[in-house]
Amino acid sequence: MTSVRQSEPAAGRLAENIVHFARALRTAGIPVGPGAALDALAAVRAAGVGTRDDFYWTLHAVFVKRHERSLLFDQAFRIFFRRRGHLDQLLAMLPRAPPRGPEKPPPGAQRLAEALLSSREEGERKPPQLEMDARLTVSDREVLRSKDFAQMTADEIAAAKDAIKRLVLSLDEVKTRRLAPHRHGHIVDIRRTLRASLKAGGAVIDLKYLGPRKKLPPIVALLDISGSMSQYTRLFLHFLHAVTDARKRVHTFLFGTRLTNVTRAIKAKDVDEALAAVSANVADWSGGTRIASSLAAFNKLWARRVLTQGAIVLLITDGLERDPDDRLAFEIDRLHRSCRRLIWLNPLLRFSGFEAKAKGIRAMLPHVDELRPIHNLDSMMELVRALSADGARPGDPKAWLDRVA
Amino acid sequence: MNAPTPLPASIDATLDLLAGADYLADRSLATVLFLALKMGRPLFLEGEAGVGKTEIAKVLSTTLGRRLIRLQCYEGLDVAAAVYEWNYAAQMIAIRVAEAEGAHDRERLEHDVFSERFLIKRPLLQALEPDPAGPPVLLIDELDRADEAFEAFLLEVLADFQVTIPELGTVKATHAPIVVITSNRTREIHDALKRRCLYHWVGYPSAERELKIVRAKVPGIAKALSEQIVHFVQALRNEDLFKSPGVAETLDWAAALAELDVAALDPATVSDTLGALLKYQDDIARIEGGKAKELLDDVRARMRAAE
Repeated sequence: MTSVRQSEPAAGRLAENIVHFARALRTAGIPVGPGAALDALAAVRAAGVGTRDDFYWTLHAVFVKRHERSLLFDQAFRIFFRRRGHLDQLLAMLPRAPPRGPEKPPPGAQRLAEALLSSREEGERKPPQLEMDARLTVSDREVLRSKDFAQMTADEIAAAKDAIKRLVLSLDEVKTRRLAPHRHGHIVDIRRTLRASLKAGGAVIDLKYLGPRKKLPPIVALLDISGSMSQYTRLFLHFLHAVTDARKRVHTFLFGTRLTNVTRAIKAKDVDEALAAVSANVADWSGGTRIASSLAAFNKLWARRVLTQGAIVLLITDGLERDPDDRLAFEIDRLHRSCRRLIWLNPLLRFSGFEAKAKGIRAMLPHVDELRPIHNLDSMMELVRALSADGARPGDPKAWLDRVA
Repeated sequence: MNAPTPLPASIDATLDLLAGADYLADRSLATVLFLALKMGRPLFLEGEAGVGKTEIAKVLSTTLGRRLIRLQCYEGLDVAAAVYEWNYAAQMIAIRVAEAEGAHDRERLEHDVFSERFLIKRPLLQALEPDPAGPPVLLIDELDRADEAFEAFLLEVLADFQVTIPELGTVKATHAPIVVITSNRTREIHDALKRRCLYHWVGYPSAERELKIVRAKVPGIAKALSEQIVHFVQALRNEDLFKSPGVAETLDWAAALAELDVAALDPATVSDTLGALLKYQDDIARIEGGKAKELLDDVRARMRAAE
């Protein structure tokens, strides 16, 4: 076993290498604090590095805190420790944390420009155009391109923000099993009671109560970004950004031909930054739709991780599946059974003559709790009202099925 | 009183220690465990259900001769159930007695009532107490089941091995307990908590290691049968299942088959006993019948080729 506890210069070299490695990991997107580098050094000393494998797992134990980062760590380790001191090479080869091309204008630039211009053209400003057509194209081809939609007009943002200001989602609360001090609770809080009575000398015992604590349930949004939905996705992303901003636990997934988790990206405070990060993450923008396989991927990989503690699922899609078969019904049934409430938001509902005729729609309808329109700000606000209030459920999916039957 | 069993001095010694209790770990796990013991840091284990996360704490406790303190997490778990609670009934009596004796010194009464005598210690506080056999093993099981608010209580315990009780002051462990935290990842644990721990993802074992595990845990199982079992399970894990079988399921199945005096796997037996391996009806329906036969033929062909 070659010990690390060697002469001073060698130890110094090791420390230097580890610090460089930590920095490289940080550049690659693994959050590694300065404390972790110190930990790593202590760990390597403690383990007494014998083989390359031991060294690998020692550093892994300290630097990797999430399973999905193992891959990145593995790559970084291989490149870095193949030959010493190849920091530049490593930095050049690793994917940068925020993958932003320098040629694009910075997010918000157009918004800023418009805002500056608009002071002059105040009178000509048109009201926000929020009515859109649903293009009924279900393309087969997966369009692999990075669509820059961070550049949106100030009008749209203003309209969305206005609407969102009025969205109060906080009324939808679920009881948890935790207790909190409560004026009319059902359990005597002996601890508080005792303390209060001691303050009064122990002569009077004034009962204090505990009641169930309430909290907002998590929201999981599954947003269809296929070609037939492309007129809407940008606005829905704004909506989801606002919702994410307002509550703690919101998970957002986008799907076209594949499923992408953009929860991290959409958490950025600035809406432009968030949407830029989202578009950088998504490969199948405006392509075809594979609802069944996307839902299958969600059920298998994510449902058990994000649908805990009474989650509400918002499924935003027009339901125009490329090739509907039994799998779609099966997957949506499983999704329905693993969440508290499944709400389907369908922009096609804006057409007054909408009928649940498409095969995909007919397969999905029996398994959702609510079917609602979402095509303009009004319907968005309607949704928020529905999320807030309990009881009245106007979006009964069975009514749509009965109408065609 | 015996002196506490010393901690392993190297990664190899850690592997041997675990193997002594029939826990066959791979080297990466042994490395992390060794570091956790050596550096006195909590060990955070994540992985699918049934890969032996909880077992590590139990094995550590038996091989090192330490007390095992287990905190099973659930939704609604709070300080009163996890850390400490006051013995209210005794406190009430103490107050009444003080009254009867005519004591009216409020400060003094409060001090007396909130003393260690009236404290009921729950797992986290128990783990901080000195133990003649050495610091205990504290197992915080399935942390993902507790709600996020509870994680905050753990931060102080995990970072400094101390608990602050407002009425009493800070209780600090003289020797840090060995802490093992497990999670099935039904939600992400906060980074602040993970930062204080050494992290390891426990995956499914390789065929070779799983075979050793089966032979160690189900003594007397026929050589050929155990090989068939392990290869079949490994093949199942490559299938697109909702929940792949873990090591625990393999062992259950092996024990069931040994109990049934099965000499070799055949499609009918597999279909009949599939409930020991797969826990979702959809998965069972997929594998039952034709698919089981296909997999089994595959396994047999591969075993013949290996001979």
